[in-house]
Amino acid sequence: MNFPERNRSFKPPKELKDYPVGTAFPAGHLVDTNAAWRSLRPVIDAIKCSNCLICWLLCPDGVIHRNSEGGLEIDYDFCKGCGICSKECRQKAIRMESEGE
Amino acid sequence: MRNQAEKKTSIRDLSDRELFYGHKACPGCGGSLALRLALKVLGERSYAVVPAGCMSAVGFIFPQMAFGCNAIISTFAGTASMLSGVAAGARALGIKDFHAVGFAGDGGTADIGIQALSGAIDRHDKIIYICYDNEAYMNTGVQKSGLTPIGARTTTSPVGQRLRGSVNRKKPMFEIVAAHGIDYAATASVGYPLDYLRKLEHARHVEGTSYIHVFSPCPVGWGYETADTIAVAKNAVDCGLWYLAEFSEGRFALNHNPAELTSVRDYLMGQSRFRHLQEEDINAILAQREAFWTRIHREWRV
Amino acid sequence: MVEKRAFISGNEAVAAGVCLARPHVIAAYPITPQTTVIERLAEMVEDESLRAEYLHVESEHSALSACIGASAVGARTFTATSSQGLLYMAECLHYASGGRFPVVMMNANRSVALPWNIYGDQRDSLSLLDCGWIQAYAEDAQESLDMILHAYAIAEHPDVLTPMMINLDGFVITHTYELVTIPAQSDADLFLAPFQTSNKMDFDSPMSLGFTAGPAYNQAFKQLQHLAMLSASRVIREVEEKFGQLFKRNYSGLLETLYCDDAEYIIVTLGSVAGTLRPVIERLRALGERVGLVRIRYMRPFPLEEIRKALAGAKAVGVLEKDISFGFEGTVYTNVNSALMSANLMRPRLRNFIGGLGGKNISAQDVEMMFSRLKSSDEGERVEFI
Ligand SMILES: Cc1ncc(C[n+]2csc(CCOP(=O)(O)OP(=O)(O)O)c2C)c(N)n1
Ligand code: SF4
Ligand SMILES: [Mg+2]
Repeated sequence: MNFPERNRSFKPPKELKDYPVGTAFPAGHLVDTNAAWRSLRPVIDAIKCSNCLICWLLCPDGVIHRNSEGGLEIDYDFCKGCGICSKECRQKAIRMESEGE
Repeated sequence: MRNQAEKKTSIRDLSDRELFYGHKACPGCGGSLALRLALKVLGERSYAVVPAGCMSAVGFIFPQMAFGCNAIISTFAGTASMLSGVAAGARALGIKDFHAVGFAGDGGTADIGIQALSGAIDRHDKIIYICYDNEAYMNTGVQKSGLTPIGARTTTSPVGQRLRGSVNRKKPMFEIVAAHGIDYAATASVGYPLDYLRKLEHARHVEGTSYIHVFSPCPVGWGYETADTIAVAKNAVDCGLWYLAEFSEGRFALNHNPAELTSVRDYLMGQSRFRHLQEEDINAILAQREAFWTRIHREWRV
Repeated sequence: MVEKRAFISGNEAVAAGVCLARPHVIAAYPITPQTTVIERLAEMVEDESLRAEYLHVESEHSALSACIGASAVGARTFTATSSQGLLYMAECLHYASGGRFPVVMMNANRSVALPWNIYGDQRDSLSLLDCGWIQAYAEDAQESLDMILHAYAIAEHPDVLTPMMINLDGFVITHTYELVTIPAQSDADLFLAPFQTSNKMDFDSPMSLGFTAGPAYNQAFKQLQHLAMLSASRVIREVEEKFGQLFKRNYSGLLETLYCDDAEYIIVTLGSVAGTLRPVIERLRALGERVGLVRIRYMRPFPLEEIRKALAGAKAVGVLEKDISFGFEGTVYTNVNSALMSANLMRPRLRNFIGGLGGKNISAQDVEMMFSRLKSSDEGERVEFI
């Protein structure tokens, strides 16, 4: 994986012995997502996409990933819907759709 | 060395590995992009030192750890000193092939952390210090820092009958570090990502202290749409209120020397922190821009 | 290699102890009366009798911040300071203890401005008693050297993992020359194992250090810090035991007592002034007076049980300290009083003697006077300046 996988089985420490010694914890340890922050969702139109990777480059959250077929995929667990990708795409291949209510 | 670094960095060469992921920065945060891109270039064998400020606040909230590489929060003033300690400790333990890289805000750099930074540069410690400049103390609620530009409204440089935002100009951090005879210094902007990436690539190979000052807009503190971060960062350079430069082997270089600067007024009016500015304020900013470019052309011989 | 006898100052003894502990990183900033420690260390690094990274930092804040950074990659570190410098570090003191970085530091006890004064009192370290560091107070140069070696073994112990501050009275210990035994390096290596910790950044398993912990978790980390400090009491005894076997110099844990078994009048103090008390006590004992001494060696962890035991049979106890919490009383007194109050014992009469501020001399006559005050039944001032 090129980005950390969420630890879905994480149990918050209950007793003192469950805590780390010192303030040290494994790097890249994710337990919750950022999806709820979003009111707009970017959607990539694969036909229009020229694969220039500018959106991949400029996403502050790094949530646009190159898949094995060379296409792009968005990790909606962590996309915050800022719209930078859509704005910067020269092909206008990313539209922002409402997440609804 | 030089050739290697000078090689134009292309997007496709960049690592797919995300080393700053799942963080809690606001949507569209320029600082988090600056950090993410830097770690793409510097890679997994990095020790990231991040002082108090937005990037530490959003990246290490137990048990959610957004850094994929080794990372530590430093005291607010202690970015550079902790970096020096990390580098010295790793060296003494025989650890090879690593980067000690700091990510400090403008306040953490130009104000409270400037003393430790000066010390580290003076010792030529092999560290990479990145200042992500969002032009105010954002984490504590947009207070004025030594890098807040003149005229900007912040929560401690309010706009009223008497004052119209910040009365101080940005400290010339790039020239301050250059005056130390630093091994490598550069300014950059997230609006010119390839230039920034090339500078990071250069810093990787510097035997000594590197300082990169990257202009990193903050939609929350500056008052613009989250999608506009890159555009705002590019505009700042295009209108001549920010600049892309390098200092290496004792010489200054301009990496972007616009023949014609775009409208300062448009840049300012696109952000709510400047919208109160009056004609005379804008003219004063224009005069300062003029003086700046005249001076650097003369002094840097560029 | 064999041990050496040398006529050196307390600061030089500390430098010798640090050299034997083989730290990886030394970062320090000069301040009187600490300077000769870091000068000797710089010379040792220069002539390679000590192989360490020596960082010429630009402030004490940076000195400790750099040590924390080095400790955070698993390196053994040392710094030294005094007075204004210690206070300038204050933020980093809490940082080191909260992050459980076992930095070892020497502090030359010195008065705190204003008025400016470079001489010894203990207001600098005692005002930082709550910063989560183990705090030890040496009486002489030999103990200073030995305590440095103890310090690494204690601070780096996995049950403790807490930074440690060794306090030497400014000038009186730091600059007084004494005959000191310097252990052989090979013996020091037998005593002190290399620093091992999982509390570090590591390329084999990358870590996030120094993180934020919100209200739901924060207190647990603080509780763990408290427990670690309490464990230090046991570890200190174990370490001193091992040291005694190897070096034939024995120490008595969190405090040292003199004639407390049958003493009716006891003075509790810390640091070099114990050296002034000892001959007076001997003289008074020779006259048949049942007087005694408690020398606190560790203020944190505090010798709670030991204090209770040592003072159990006393009629009156005076706490003599070079410190005051203005408007109240001396901090050592507060601690001793609390230890006695919380035990269900017959509590002796307690008096607080404050002296030696800014280096004011405490003489043998002062000591005799304090004992006579203890014997008198008049209430007197709660806090007496001598
Ligand atoms: C010694 C100290 N003083 C003040 C603070 C409060 N503080 C924490 S973050 C911060 C603002 C940081 O501003 P900057 O360095 O520009 O980074 P940003 O938050 O803008 O990313 C301040 C003032 C602190 N943590 N430590
Ligand atoms: S306040 Fe600004 S700098 Fe801080 S996380 Fe939000 S967008 Fe980024
Ligand atoms: Mg800032």
